[in-house]
Amino acid sequence: MIRERENHTPLAEARDNIVGEGAMAAARIMLPILLALIVGGLILIALGKNPIEYYWYVIRRGLLSPTGFQATIVRMAPLLFIAAGLIVSFRAGIWNLGTDGQFLLAAAIVAALSPVLSPIMPIWLVFVVCFSVAAAVGAGWALIPAFLKANYGINEIITTLMMTFLGISFANVLIKIPFNDPSTTVPQTATLAVEDRLPRLFDTPVHIGVVLAVVAVIGVHVMMTRTSLGLKLQIVGANPRAAIHAGLKVPLLTYAAFCISGALAGLGGAVEILGVWGTMRADWNPAYGLLVVPLVFLARFHGIGSIAIVLFFAILMIGGESASRRLGVPQSYTLVLVALLLIFMALVEFLDHRWRRMKTS
Amino acid sequence: MTRKSNLAIELENISKAFPGVLASDDVSLQFRYGEIHALLGENGAGKSTLISMLSGLLQPDRGQIFVNGEAVALHSPRESLDQGIGTVFQHVLLVPTLSVIENLMLGGGWRQRFDRAASLKRFEELSDLLAVAIGPDVAVGELSLGQQQQVEIMRALWRGEGVLILDEPTSMLTQQGVHELSQVMRRLRENRVALIFVTHKLREAYNLCDRISVLRLGRVVGSIAPERLLGMNEQETIDEVISMMFAREEGHDRDAEVLLASGSPKRRRTAADPSTPAVLSVSNVATTGRAGECPLRDINLDVHAGEVLGIAGIDGNGQKHLAEVIAGQRPVSSGMIRHNDIDITGQKVPARRRLGINYLTDERLGEGTVTTHSVATNLILKAIGEAPHWRWWLTRWGSIHAEARRIIRDHDIRTPSETTLIGRLSGGNIQKTLLARETSVGVNVAIFNKPTHGLDMQNTRFARDRIRDGAIRGIATIVISTELDELIELCDRIGVMYQGRLVGVIDNDEGAEKKIGLLMTGAATA
Amino acid sequence: MADLLTVAFITSLLLGAVAAGVPLLLAGIGEQMSEKAGVLNIGIEGMMLFGAYTGFCAAFYLDSFWYGFLFGGLGGMAVASLMAVFCVWLNMNQIVIGIALTIGAEGLTALLHHFQFSRSYPRLSAADTLAIPGLSEIPVIGPVLFNQHAVVYLSIMFMLFLIWAYKRTYIGLNLQAAGDKPAALDVAGIDVRVTRTGAVLVTGFLTGVGGAYLANIGAGLFFPFMTGGAGFIGLVLAMLARGKPHWVLYGAILFGMSLSLTTALQVAGFNIPTDVVQMLPFAMVILVLIVLGRNSRLPAALGLPYVRGER
Repeated sequence: MIRERENHTPLAEARDNIVGEGAMAAARIMLPILLALIVGGLILIALGKNPIEYYWYVIRRGLLSPTGFQATIVRMAPLLFIAAGLIVSFRAGIWNLGTDGQFLLAAAIVAALSPVLSPIMPIWLVFVVCFSVAAAVGAGWALIPAFLKANYGINEIITTLMMTFLGISFANVLIKIPFNDPSTTVPQTATLAVEDRLPRLFDTPVHIGVVLAVVAVIGVHVMMTRTSLGLKLQIVGANPRAAIHAGLKVPLLTYAAFCISGALAGLGGAVEILGVWGTMRADWNPAYGLLVVPLVFLARFHGIGSIAIVLFFAILMIGGESASRRLGVPQSYTLVLVALLLIFMALVEFLDHRWRRMKTS
Repeated sequence: MTRKSNLAIELENISKAFPGVLASDDVSLQFRYGEIHALLGENGAGKSTLISMLSGLLQPDRGQIFVNGEAVALHSPRESLDQGIGTVFQHVLLVPTLSVIENLMLGGGWRQRFDRAASLKRFEELSDLLAVAIGPDVAVGELSLGQQQQVEIMRALWRGEGVLILDEPTSMLTQQGVHELSQVMRRLRENRVALIFVTHKLREAYNLCDRISVLRLGRVVGSIAPERLLGMNEQETIDEVISMMFAREEGHDRDAEVLLASGSPKRRRTAADPSTPAVLSVSNVATTGRAGECPLRDINLDVHAGEVLGIAGIDGNGQKHLAEVIAGQRPVSSGMIRHNDIDITGQKVPARRRLGINYLTDERLGEGTVTTHSVATNLILKAIGEAPHWRWWLTRWGSIHAEARRIIRDHDIRTPSETTLIGRLSGGNIQKTLLARETSVGVNVAIFNKPTHGLDMQNTRFARDRIRDGAIRGIATIVISTELDELIELCDRIGVMYQGRLVGVIDNDEGAEKKIGLLMTGAATA
Repeated sequence: MADLLTVAFITSLLLGAVAAGVPLLLAGIGEQMSEKAGVLNIGIEGMMLFGAYTGFCAAFYLDSFWYGFLFGGLGGMAVASLMAVFCVWLNMNQIVIGIALTIGAEGLTALLHHFQFSRSYPRLSAADTLAIPGLSEIPVIGPVLFNQHAVVYLSIMFMLFLIWAYKRTYIGLNLQAAGDKPAALDVAGIDVRVTRTGAVLVTGFLTGVGGAYLANIGAGLFFPFMTGGAGFIGLVLAMLARGKPHWVLYGAILFGMSLSLTTALQVAGFNIPTDVVQMLPFAMVILVLIVLGRNSRLPAALGLPYVRGER
């Protein structure tokens, strides 16, 4: 009797509701992942590969092995920076599909700049300068699409895509001609000495860029949810006319969204060069930008959620790279998984929305 | 189309429910050929739902629709058209980038040949029937609203003149336009078309229709047959409709006033003192606009503290620009705006808000609110970044939510909580939120753009009360409205907008309606 | 500069322009149809790539170029059908789904290619061209305009057909209504979703044929990610062409030329780095947008799903 009454107190009901809501939220994320893995697995079977073996290998290599897990964490750095940039842009209603171009250009310039600066400045100053330059380059590369959108209302999907293609080629031109290191056989920039790269944590390959990336994502989340700038950006994204009506400076905010987003993508490029490679080869394009888009959507632009999903994806990438050598399943399979993830996420969203509407009627 | 009997359409026990509301409750009605049948009811009474079911956009949950005596299920607009039911909706549903004849030809099947000649022939037939003269190759976007409506009527009758449904057709028309419409309706009636006329204005129903059916809260509460209606004068009709609607209710007189938009509203007694200097002064203001907008040309007006200035006129004569230019949302191309004798022409919305100038837009959802954000957020939408809710650019959500809760309580806004997404609230409660936002402490100039548009009677009363209260507290008030009676009730002076100019500002005394009517047609300048 | 104007250079440039331009033309008029109807088809790059793959496989295994084009079109249409289901019928976000389909097509075709062809890298023999007697003998423009594969002629003819159809049949009317004011089309009794689905499927077919052309005629083989942004360029062409198919043609020729400039320059003996030349088409797009941007006119309901009765 007494227990029954306890379960019906308002507190208990609230607790049940939170648990219920939490379970629903978790399901909304887990279900698309599960479905994507299953359907992807079927494709593997059709190609004569064993999906269980593949997935288990990916987990073992990407998550459970110490070196593999470190590689995963290192991989997260550029992905998280891009994710941070996308969170800002998407919440402001801007489709910044140009992160690859911003990433690569910033990387190229940082790769050329850092070996030049490292002999003449204390190392921490080199980092500060390089990060600032990377952010400026990334923001600058986003200016043209920002201008076209703010002034002519031109759809930024097209302009940012074009700028990406331009950026890829331009970065290559820079590396092959002005920035080329003549002492190497393949076209690449001068190499930054290992001791001059971003400091490592605890004697592992994990560099502090990872920490910076996590800080960036959390910082962006806090900015969007707890500052006036963040709220203004969200309003512009949600209802531009209401933003005008409310007296917000929409063109300025549009520029801000583009430039902050581009700057973060640029920082992603810097971190990858300064922390991992120390140099940039021509024709290097890991194309992280477009891949992070679905991850950020899956996390519903939430900071912590993005970190979790990027972690999951990084495990997939690292494990997949290894698996392509060992198991003969090429890296392109990861792309298929990402596409499936996105589609199933949209489907689950849609069904959830339908289910909710039926419940209230 | 065979006409076995006089009965064109019969609705039998039709019911339709949406989440949280019973839009149609056991409705039974009959519509006859050669008769203009009015569906009269306030906003929210369920008229639109019935029309949507007849035109195939919605399907009833229960009940049966009969067309020409046969039971039918109208699953799509096409099926409705096949049955000879043509609908002219409240908002123009023509493609602005296509010509008149192209819009009328829309609906031909993919494989049908493009028979322009046949279409032109039909166009001329209908033009004669309706006695209208519109060029077939004009782009629809360039026609006046009245002409667009005539094209819509043609489109509804294109496949044959059976049943014509008109959904609130007079809201965008001038007096002349209403007159032309009534002539069109009479000609159609003579041609044995069944006309269904949906309106919330009793006077219209009385003047233009043969039979009146009254709807309230989704139910049919009564009907006046043609034979009876012919013998009743307007006052008798008013009384009968009121007794139908409020048979079991008390204190309905004010509701009735609102519904009927009829004569003898209480005229406003002003508390303003016109000898004091104006709070807001607009001099020679002009604006530029894009295609489809009506820019301002040489506007001059003054508003004093505690005064209510009304702006009358057909939609689209510059009212929107006027509101935006005073609010600071739109720059002037020439002229000056002064507030308490200080030039504020260059100042934009945030600065003007700080001075106490607020603007309640007519587009609640499109412009006034962000539907995906909470009520609390929407309440501070125009004050983002300002104290006391922001300190050093950091948002103090606790303070925002606490104040929101207080406002919700004080203004009787029906919402589950302050964190509910505002898009979930009813139109009336959204408007209450906006009223709370725009009439808060510190406001000294308030512009209301169509403040009671689309609201039911209760919320309409509420909104008008708040406007009145604000003026009593000393707010210099401007009310823009297309409802003349609303302006008569609320305002001290009324100005009329015509093609971007303020063609006259008159005192609200006896005979004001007539003068305003004249000014609205551009026939005279006071 | 005189070196540039040799017959060899110009001929090579123009031939390359046609080879590069045909896929752009097909993708462009396809996308234009979708956009007219109100669907923003970001998945167009994926459709072209998938069409390139299926077209190549069909041509290779069935030893016929015509089957190659047919299956290329069907491949593009298959991807387009997903777009139709998710975006037109289930009202999901057109941009997110478009990106998903593009990534998916890239991944899937690369995956399949790896298992099928990565060891052998088969090539197709050169396709037979349809030479118009007499005209094809004219120097420079002869081989360019009158000695192409039949598909090129068919593409031009289809474009002309579309120009006529948009003006004189219900196709143009209904599509424009679907894109500018779908509610009007709905009330007129035409199903908006069926209209949009039709447009999207045709887009898929055309784009797939374009992809097949790219693989089979242009390159003679398939390699992963081979479209290299051509689909997106088609998207841009459609946005700038303001609803007129022949403007897509002009844009396609322009961009085709800039894409083929690399090879042509090498033929003429110039040594401009590939990457610089590759920047050209994209830089041109940006330039055109900056100069003409304020005039681009897009359908009012573009990108917005149509839900009947929604207020």
